[in-house]
Amino acid sequence: MLLIDCPYCGAARPEIEFRHGGEAHVARPRDPSALDDAAWAEFLYFRANPKGLAAERWRHVAGCGRFFNAIRDTVSDRFVCTYPAGEPRPDVESASVGASA
Amino acid sequence: MPSVMTKPVARPRGPLDGRALPRGEDFRLAVSPAAGRILLRGDAAVAARASAAFGAPLPTRSGAVGARSDRAALWLGPDEWLLIAEGEAPAEIIAPLSAALADRAHSLVDVSQRQIGLDVVGPNAARALTAGCPLDLSLAAFPVGTATRTLLAKSEIVLWRRAPEHFRVEVWRSFADYVASYLSEAARRAPRAGGFA
Amino acid sequence: MIASLRTVSGGRIDRNKPVRFTFDGRTYQGFAGDTLASALLANGVKLFGRSYKYHRPRGVISVGPEEPNALVGVSRGPGRFTPNLRATQVEIVDGLDAKSQNRWPSLDFDLGAVNSLFAPLFSAGFYYKTFMGPNLFGKNWAWTHLFEPVVRNAAGLGDAPSDPDPDAYAQFYEHCDVLVVGGGPAGVAAALAAGASGARVIFCDEQAEFGGTLLSETQATIDGASAPAWLARQFAALAAMPNVRLMPRTQAFGYYAQNFLGLCEVVSEAERLANPDAPRERQWQVRAKEVVLACGAIERPLVFPDNDRPGVMLAEAARVYLNRYGVKVGRRVVVATAHDSAYRAALDLEAAGVEIARIVDLRAAADGEWPRAARKLGIEVTTGARIAGVRGRLCVKAAAVASAQGVEWIGCDALLVSGGWTPSVHLYSQSRGKVVWDAEREIFVPGVSVQRERSAGACKGVFALDRVLRDGAVAGHEAAARAGFSAQGPVANFDVAGAPESSGGLLGDATPSRGAKGKAFVDFQNDVCASDIRLAVREGMRSIEHVKRYTTTGMATDQGKLSNMNALAIAANALNAPLPKVGLTTFRQPYTPVTFGAFAGASRGDLFDPVRRTPIHEWAEDQGAEFEDVGLWKRAWYFSREGENMHAAVARECRQVRESVGLFDASTLGKIEVVGPDAAAFMEKLYTNPWAKLEPGRCRYGLMLNEAGFIIDDGVIARMAPDRFHVTTTTGGAPRVLHHMEDYLQTEFPEMKVWLTSTTEQWAVIAVQGPRARDLIAPFVEGVDLSREALPHMSVREGRICDVETRLMRVSFTGELGFEINVPPDSARAVWETLWAEGRKYHVVAYGTEAMHVLRAEKGYIIVGQDTDGTMTPADAGLEWAVGKAKKDFVGKRSLSRPDIVAPNRKQLVGLLTDDPILMPLEGEQIVAVANPTKGSHAIGHVTSAYASPTLKRSIALAVVENGRARMGEKVFVAAEGRTMPVTICDTVFWDKKGARLDA
Repeated sequence: MLLIDCPYCGAARPEIEFRHGGEAHVARPRDPSALDDAAWAEFLYFRANPKGLAAERWRHVAGCGRFFNAIRDTVSDRFVCTYPAGEPRPDVESASVGASA
Repeated sequence: MPSVMTKPVARPRGPLDGRALPRGEDFRLAVSPAAGRILLRGDAAVAARASAAFGAPLPTRSGAVGARSDRAALWLGPDEWLLIAEGEAPAEIIAPLSAALADRAHSLVDVSQRQIGLDVVGPNAARALTAGCPLDLSLAAFPVGTATRTLLAKSEIVLWRRAPEHFRVEVWRSFADYVASYLSEAARRAPRAGGFA
Repeated sequence: MIASLRTVSGGRIDRNKPVRFTFDGRTYQGFAGDTLASALLANGVKLFGRSYKYHRPRGVISVGPEEPNALVGVSRGPGRFTPNLRATQVEIVDGLDAKSQNRWPSLDFDLGAVNSLFAPLFSAGFYYKTFMGPNLFGKNWAWTHLFEPVVRNAAGLGDAPSDPDPDAYAQFYEHCDVLVVGGGPAGVAAALAAGASGARVIFCDEQAEFGGTLLSETQATIDGASAPAWLARQFAALAAMPNVRLMPRTQAFGYYAQNFLGLCEVVSEAERLANPDAPRERQWQVRAKEVVLACGAIERPLVFPDNDRPGVMLAEAARVYLNRYGVKVGRRVVVATAHDSAYRAALDLEAAGVEIARIVDLRAAADGEWPRAARKLGIEVTTGARIAGVRGRLCVKAAAVASAQGVEWIGCDALLVSGGWTPSVHLYSQSRGKVVWDAEREIFVPGVSVQRERSAGACKGVFALDRVLRDGAVAGHEAAARAGFSAQGPVANFDVAGAPESSGGLLGDATPSRGAKGKAFVDFQNDVCASDIRLAVREGMRSIEHVKRYTTTGMATDQGKLSNMNALAIAANALNAPLPKVGLTTFRQPYTPVTFGAFAGASRGDLFDPVRRTPIHEWAEDQGAEFEDVGLWKRAWYFSREGENMHAAVARECRQVRESVGLFDASTLGKIEVVGPDAAAFMEKLYTNPWAKLEPGRCRYGLMLNEAGFIIDDGVIARMAPDRFHVTTTTGGAPRVLHHMEDYLQTEFPEMKVWLTSTTEQWAVIAVQGPRARDLIAPFVEGVDLSREALPHMSVREGRICDVETRLMRVSFTGELGFEINVPPDSARAVWETLWAEGRKYHVVAYGTEAMHVLRAEKGYIIVGQDTDGTMTPADAGLEWAVGKAKKDFVGKRSLSRPDIVAPNRKQLVGLLTDDPILMPLEGEQIVAVANPTKGSHAIGHVTSAYASPTLKRSIALAVVENGRARMGEKVFVAAEGRTMPVTICDTVFWDKKGARLDA
């Protein structure tokens, strides 16, 4: 079981308290009616699913209840960092990902 | 309008009424006294103003509890507090809060009967809880006066440490039977000695 | 009768405590402290089981968890049967009943042994070649009719228990600063060092007694004391540390992410006797800040012809049986070794009176301290020799020693072997660490730590006792420091005497080039021979991962603890490649098999899942209700009167609701309180319907879509105040809907001032439905005008009923005049019983979910998840009326104009009436356009709901049909196995189409 740092609780908490919420930073368009079908389909269904660092939404559902974002390495399953929802994706591409958890 | 017959035919019944709960030296389980329970939502300013109206400070630190005599405010999330007032009707808590918060956006919801409290007491209390709760419940990691929403096996609970060997578990009423049974079972199966202080 | 092989004295068994047990029906005696293996060996038992594939007779080869042969089923009474236990790890207790495996009818005479005659058939890749081979009598025929039945009969280790296990199992989470795995010298030193720092230490070992190799140490002294005396002193010190928890009989079976380890504790017989509530096993899920792995090393067997005969045993195992258990594994033994350590075993055995017929050293020369000591004692040593074969089928009788001088048969009753030592890197490997090849010593050792762990002692390739102790102390010290505990003084040094370093080792096939005949086993448990591995390489396998799967080497329950290194060396040799290039297979959890009980813990029976009951539940039970599971809830399904079947009960319930009045427990409905100045704006976004203009005191049916435009939930929503909505959801959908709402609120509309609180359990709900509903409740209601005008359909009031507060809604899911009375759950039963008593005047009925389903289907009300399937839009379900056309935006709106959503011929919800009113289609049955469709023709829809309607006195059904609403009156067919049923498409509303009854 992984430990996940909840940015609202300020603590590492067990994975089973959390729920995964898909890719982060996919903002719902302000005016969906302004999008053509292709753009809407892109928003609805297309996700990056990268190998390596991925920005994801998580919710501390059995904790403080808040949604937040995390950068997780999909190869090593390591959480690189977590940050409150609404904040921009931190620049961690260059960070040392292999460091001990 | 027809004449109104308003007398209830029976006393109110809690979900664990009539159930035998363990009362051993090492481990005791008891339904907490009736209480008014209010879930308050709002920002830090709401919390500040609510503290005076409620009579116990609403903490802003994660996991903290503001307690004063028979009232306690449990931090559950950055905009969420569980207010517990033992032996009081929810309306009595809501009225002064509503008045104090009238001009600030907030939410007050009575959850007095949504959940019940279970007092988990004894030297084996923490051990029994760790049968289903994945948190570190050592005194150093989870000191007295800490509260959080978490899991007990397949049930969500709010866990509040009131004393080194006294936990309060707040649990939704239909999960109360499961939680009480799970804790009783865990306490029976726990090693009699061992574990860390 | 075989005379006892028990020594006169010595060992760590308690000779004052005899223990009686049975093996294959025969009664034996051992002593407290014995394992099943040591006790049977003491009784002269050599034959422990039959091998998996060839059914060859097998004896015990090792003394620990690596044992591949001596697998037994242990019974401790009815239901208490555990198969596949290693006899080397089973502590004997009085009355223990063990049986051997893989033999029929008996161990001595086994019919399966004919497999040996067909050995050529069972060569590497046998399964692949046979079952993927040519198709006899058509595709899969041979597999289905020929091979599978035979394989299923013959396959598997042991017998699966058939009775429920009456024992209890438990699980606990645990946290510590330092977890020390392995109770040998390195572990002891590590635990002492970490414990002294004040850190919370868990120290676990798989055995009943801590000490590891020190328990069988007779010659070495530590700090001037004998090994047992030193151990006793250290454990007294450890026991005095309140911050150290000793966990014997506890296997660390898995190393998972972020220093999360799985430990399985077998609860001791002593604890179970003292505490009848003690479980059989406890599983500990430990989160450790730092881990010390002190897992030791495993001695390797030698690969030579007939090396699997009972009596062939690892040399150190023989030493442990002697020194720890007081058992001589033979009277006259031959030792074959490539490592000095076997000489130490020979010396101990010799001292105990066992005749050492010969030490055969595979190396050209052996001049370490141990070999010199052996020679000095006059033991004959032949170097540069190998074992060419073994005589004796059920027990070794002689070994053929092949040397430059030729082949010499030496009589013996045990053949002790040692190919050297393999560090146990299993847990390190599970922690995702990459092992490193030590070319000089030909061992894999742990490389860089990936998690917060370090290895110490033999599992790291450190073998000499003084260095092992020091290494353990350093590791314990470091682990505690890294966990934040400062060290107490310098790292301990240990003064060790009588334990000179030994060296040597050999990997791969040790069969001599001439004079050898017979199978040379590599993997004993899966019956894989050296020749199989070479064949696999000849047939094209290059990576060890392929060789492993092709030959099944290392794939048995022992995961190749004895065999992997030899297999790897043989493959490397056949490939003519350096060993590390061929690769090492991955070690997986669990290290040794873990019982299902330990994984299930308390989560079985009543505690498998929470069972959620409403406050009315017990009343319903008393009334003879049958219950159905809806999510985790138990809901009253129907109330059967004496002699009534379900159909009759449901029909009666439905009729009485339509004729008079019924009570229904709707407490399980999900409820969410939406509160805040932006509550209406938020509702506008989350539901298709308009909310801004809904007056407080009014209700509206709400429809929730996901962003793709598909229906995900529905429910009646009441506006309690301008800034407060009482939202109801489906019973099963409550948590999902709340999560969905929180998602949008927190991440898409965080500026909105509104909050969501689950109130599902704050309100119990009593639905009172039927023409007499108002009459029934009126006498008890205070502060609410129930008249048709004051409280029209779809309205809500706050007031009191039976002197408790209520949110009284006038709503209906039956099509009748109806109320849903929300009351505090503590009082719900009292209110219900009051209404029930009053209801006698009106011939009241309690109805369950089945009648509720029938009543709603008669009205064409959908159930999300039954009549919808996650691909239905409001239009598909005939619910366009619930979509606010003027709304600029709501979740899912944009998708409703996607091309595939507005495409023609979508499946739409319709009603179905069978031509024969008695016939009833089944939910899920397909609908076709013609009576006798040809095979493979297109289904135009399917039945979603079907009931016998007591009101209409015929069957009714709801279905989705392509372009269904344009096909009213059209005849189609419900197709099922063996029949088609003509039906006519109709409107979804079967009863009171105008809705007059609602407004009563």
